[in-house]
Amino acid sequence: MSLLEVKKLEVAYGGIQAVKGIDLHIEQGELVTLIGANGAGKTTTLKTLVGLVKPKSGSISYDGNDCTKIPVHHFVSKGLSLVPEGRGVFSRLTVEENLRMGAFYRNDPNAINAEIEHVYELFPRLKERYKQLAGTLSGGEQQMLAMGRAILAKPKLLLLDEPSMGLAPIIVQKIFEIVKMISQQGVTILLVEQNAKLALEVSDRGYVMESGKITMSGPAQELLHSDAVKKAYLGE
Amino acid sequence: MTQVNKVKQLAVFGLAAIGLACLPFIVGGTLGNSWVRTLDFALLYIMLALGLNIVVGFAGLLDLGFIAFYAVGAYTYALLNSPHFGIFLPWWTILPVGAFLAACAGIMLGTPVLKLRGDYLAIVTLGFGEIIRIFMNNLNAPINITNGPQGVNMIAPVEIAGVSLGKSIELFGTKINSVYLYYYLFLILCVLTVIVCSRLQHSRIGRAWVALREDDIAASAMGINIRNIKLLAFALGAVFGGIAGGLFASFQGFVSPESFGLLESIMVLAMVVLGGMGHIPGVILGAILLTITPELLRDVIGPVQMAVFGKMLIDPENARMLLFGLALILVMLLRPEGLWPNKRRAAEFHDALDEDLPAVDSQARQEGIKG
Repeated sequence: MSLLEVKKLEVAYGGIQAVKGIDLHIEQGELVTLIGANGAGKTTTLKTLVGLVKPKSGSISYDGNDCTKIPVHHFVSKGLSLVPEGRGVFSRLTVEENLRMGAFYRNDPNAINAEIEHVYELFPRLKERYKQLAGTLSGGEQQMLAMGRAILAKPKLLLLDEPSMGLAPIIVQKIFEIVKMISQQGVTILLVEQNAKLALEVSDRGYVMESGKITMSGPAQELLHSDAVKKAYLGE
Repeated sequence: MTQVNKVKQLAVFGLAAIGLACLPFIVGGTLGNSWVRTLDFALLYIMLALGLNIVVGFAGLLDLGFIAFYAVGAYTYALLNSPHFGIFLPWWTILPVGAFLAACAGIMLGTPVLKLRGDYLAIVTLGFGEIIRIFMNNLNAPINITNGPQGVNMIAPVEIAGVSLGKSIELFGTKINSVYLYYYLFLILCVLTVIVCSRLQHSRIGRAWVALREDDIAASAMGINIRNIKLLAFALGAVFGGIAGGLFASFQGFVSPESFGLLESIMVLAMVVLGGMGHIPGVILGAILLTITPELLRDVIGPVQMAVFGKMLIDPENARMLLFGLALILVMLLRPEGLWPNKRRAAEFHDALDEDLPAVDSQARQEGIKG
């Protein structure tokens, strides 16, 4: 059974249909990417997965649960963790407080402290700045913080919404390396990205989304070399 | 080193305690008992402002009807400890009842406004404050519960170990006025309030409130139950309002709906904002300043006008509020973050530049994609 299975999902904002009946599935341990241009419905899909937006029709099942029936704040304790678009770090909390927010639902202080240390090993920059307010960090550091925070929620499935947004190319590279690393540690990841090339390079499988529909899917390497994707997203 | 620091800390606490204990006698001796009364009110307002600070400062929910909880506490005390119904319960049983009822009122207000924010929230809370006041004003018919606009009279004062705080007592040959006795009672409760608030602020709940204030979507993605955490803020804030209200009723001996108007709500909000939202020492400073300044102006304006112009140009009562308003405007222009803000709050006003950067970045990127 897939960890996440989406069937015939349709989402509408008022009269405007953002997602027009998509199917996708993610298996345990996979790194799957969902690529597509601005306004293709990628973020809407993610928001629907974690219950922030209610679907019009279709089904989402995560780990055997019907996602449309779970309140938003319960997702995280079921192992579904979202790093929102634009990072969503709490800029008036310190770096360490932000990390602790990630572990908000958990009640095992010793394990949490150990994992915070682990995150600091992963992102030494965060350790240097642990007492600083998150709002004073650079964009790249905030993205690292957002990911560190998501790790502290001990996710089974990590949803990343455009981690490369607004970052310098050299930092984007670094962020994708970290995504790959988290995936290698056994976390299943759904990566939503506009930066198609980099996303496909690190992923196992990919879905291409266009105006609310999935137009292509398959192994990432295959997509990376397919003419249609090259033309539309890679500018070749 | 830490030993020395501990000793230093203890010394500071000791001095502060002695200072606060002597304060009413110094003030009373030099300025008279009416100023001790003002001190008592300052302490009540500190409790109120700290309560509102939980809602506005910690959780970021603008509440313009906070005085309603003060009213609920005050009326609870008044009705359960006065000849109006002929019920005389001991004060220490009524205060918790008042606090509980205020918390219920807090949840009653909180539930319908869960989805509102900003201006809309302000309007609904404002309406709620007025509803409670008008209720108190009109609940004298068909059954007389609150005695309407006449208010409830002859409320029994607090009594501790058989000693009524409402009358002067004789101690070691000196007569100690009732306002002094209330000062100590309020001081103790005020210190308790400060302790509870600061523990709350640095707890998991306190962090959840900050998170909620900043980004409710990210906060719920962390597993915070937005509904419960908001209601908790309303209820806890209301508890302090309710306790302060009960104390107010016993201190005044009289309550009427007039004491709980919109202006009072705004006054308490001004204390929180002026002092520094979310910062306990700042809020205390705000409450003290806004209680004492109007009284000070009352004493000063008349004589100053006589000295400068030789006659009264403006009625002191009007000039007082005029100057007070002017002072508020000036403070907000010059120090929008409040007189004594905390680190987080100050950051909100001073790192605006840093915040613009990522936004500009992403815009540039979007344009790059279109191009």
